[in-house]
Amino acid sequence: MQELIARAGALLQSGEVSRVLGWRKGEHVWDVEPAFFHSAEELSEFVYNGFCGANLSKYMIEASKLEGKTLVFLKPCDTYSFNQLIKEHRVDREKAYIIGVGCKGKLKIENIDAAGILDVQGADYPDCSDTLTVKTLYGDKEVSYASAMLERCHVCKGKEHKIYDELMGESVDTCDADRFAQVAAIEAMSPEEKFAFFQSELSKCIRCNACRNVCPACSCRKCVFDSNKFDSAQKANTTSFEEKMFHIIRAFHVAGRCTDCGECSRVCPQGIPLHLFNRKFIRDINALYGEFQAGEDAETKGPLTSFRTDDVEPGDAGKRG
Amino acid sequence: MLKINRNDLPSLFAAIRQESDLYLPVKTAGKTNFAAWDETAQVDLDTLKTVKSPKDAFFPQSENLYSCHQEGGKTQIVPETLREEPFVLFGVRGCDVRGIQVLDKVFLSNPVDSYYAARREQGTVVSFACHAPETSCFCKVFGIDCADPEGDVVTWLVGEELYWQPKTEKGEALTAKVRHLLSEADEAVVAAEQTAIRGIVEKLPYSNLSLEGWGGEAAKTRFDSPVWEQLYKPCLACGTCTFVCPTCQCYDIKDYDTGSGVQRFRCWDSCMYSDFTMMAHGNNRTSQMQRFRQRFLHKLAYFPANNDGMFSCVGCGRCVDKCPSHLNILKVIKAFAKEGV
Repeated sequence: MQELIARAGALLQSGEVSRVLGWRKGEHVWDVEPAFFHSAEELSEFVYNGFCGANLSKYMIEASKLEGKTLVFLKPCDTYSFNQLIKEHRVDREKAYIIGVGCKGKLKIENIDAAGILDVQGADYPDCSDTLTVKTLYGDKEVSYASAMLERCHVCKGKEHKIYDELMGESVDTCDADRFAQVAAIEAMSPEEKFAFFQSELSKCIRCNACRNVCPACSCRKCVFDSNKFDSAQKANTTSFEEKMFHIIRAFHVAGRCTDCGECSRVCPQGIPLHLFNRKFIRDINALYGEFQAGEDAETKGPLTSFRTDDVEPGDAGKRG
Repeated sequence: MLKINRNDLPSLFAAIRQESDLYLPVKTAGKTNFAAWDETAQVDLDTLKTVKSPKDAFFPQSENLYSCHQEGGKTQIVPETLREEPFVLFGVRGCDVRGIQVLDKVFLSNPVDSYYAARREQGTVVSFACHAPETSCFCKVFGIDCADPEGDVVTWLVGEELYWQPKTEKGEALTAKVRHLLSEADEAVVAAEQTAIRGIVEKLPYSNLSLEGWGGEAAKTRFDSPVWEQLYKPCLACGTCTFVCPTCQCYDIKDYDTGSGVQRFRCWDSCMYSDFTMMAHGNNRTSQMQRFRQRFLHKLAYFPANNDGMFSCVGCGRCVDKCPSHLNILKVIKAFAKEGV
């Protein structure tokens, strides 16, 4: 971490960048927050640890409007989002100095809570293959690193950064699960079972919009759900509304653009596995248009935003049921 | 002091349910929230904090106020009926009981909110002491004793026994209905539990956080502070903090076009949202910094200014646990303590 601070300090000092976008330490090991740093003094609060799951790409939309370059730290999976934002003309590549930072899998505090650990004041995370030691008021507790990882890290896209100016630190491919296994399991359900599954998950939704606001693919200046010209305005009106509208429309809107960064599921206060909607679309796109990974690069046209004569016919998609 | 064995709780819940609706912490799809009890409900008394607070029981996230439709060339208005059936809210933590008292200040002062008042009239609150408070808890800062919460009935879970003590007339009435399931108990057990809980509370990192400089005066002294500008930047402008909060009480009133008429409903609003307090002339808060500041000054300055110094934060720590960017009221309080402005 000290190397990251030193490098950021040097780039600020030389005037090559005007600010640094990274993570600021919190009160505890787990409550780090995305933050901008403007001086060596401010950088004393910089932190990079296992809880730096937040994908900083989306903050670059605002940073692109500022004077000068912003140094941004991106983990391998975050670089897919950045590429996608370049493709959609939402960030300015020239305004970014990207340090591709090593990642060994990121942690979710709620997974530690779920292991029956009631209180977390500190956590040591030497490496993803190791045991996580959690300091609590009720004594030290241990969980495996893997069991505390974010869902997205179990289906890690690999340790390669897709866009960067320089690289710092080691990465580990933490993939230990089939990315589409859960989608396949849901596809195998009967319509009644599927409905019951989604009803049970989505009825927890409190319409806080955290999934949308954190999503790098949700970059509309004004969301249709924020418009007060429609009954779709961002507040609940009936309990069935969320299930039928908000999440489904959002999934359709990010289809073909979602990089599967997993931020939606990371931030959901009710633990709804929102990534499953997006992954269903990704799986279908792969089947109907050929393998495609959004954000793999900043140039390739998306399958749903380009036309090829060998594109699947809408009727063929319909026949699949 | 009365008690009931933990294994007999289903019969207690069934007995309460025979007389009235019963809402309590239920785990659904992995998360625990207050929900209506039935035989199939997975009651969860081990999770310290429900994701949402129990405020829905009195102030639901969304409720119809009235509906109207055209009939014979005239507009007919059909009011929503006020709650007439009693209900029991079981398992409310001390911080959340205070949360209800905060809501009372808003909805039961003139003009009284009849929808809320009807539910308060019908509701009996059974509170539940916190056996194992967590890092993000700071109720003691607001003078709340989670070892001895308020409520119509107070309960403590010690080992395999739930201890039960009625505190009010409503609480006595509920106790009378289930008295046959409860046995006499030793008060010393509860006293020992309370001592243990208070010992843990003392060790919590924020139990003795100073609120110096907050209160009604802070509206003037801290409104223009440069600290807000430093703090708000990671805010995603989502409504998580406001929707998990036991005291956030702002709401919006909207009309829903049913196709054959209009349903006028009200729903929780969030000061984090861009159209919060939008008026015909536009919006009086035009930046996220201003919206962010509104939330904390409402809790720590505007509310106490209008309610004899009562803060409208209860230290439940839900926003601390749930903010996607890990911003929270503790960081705000500490930042001001550090900057001294």
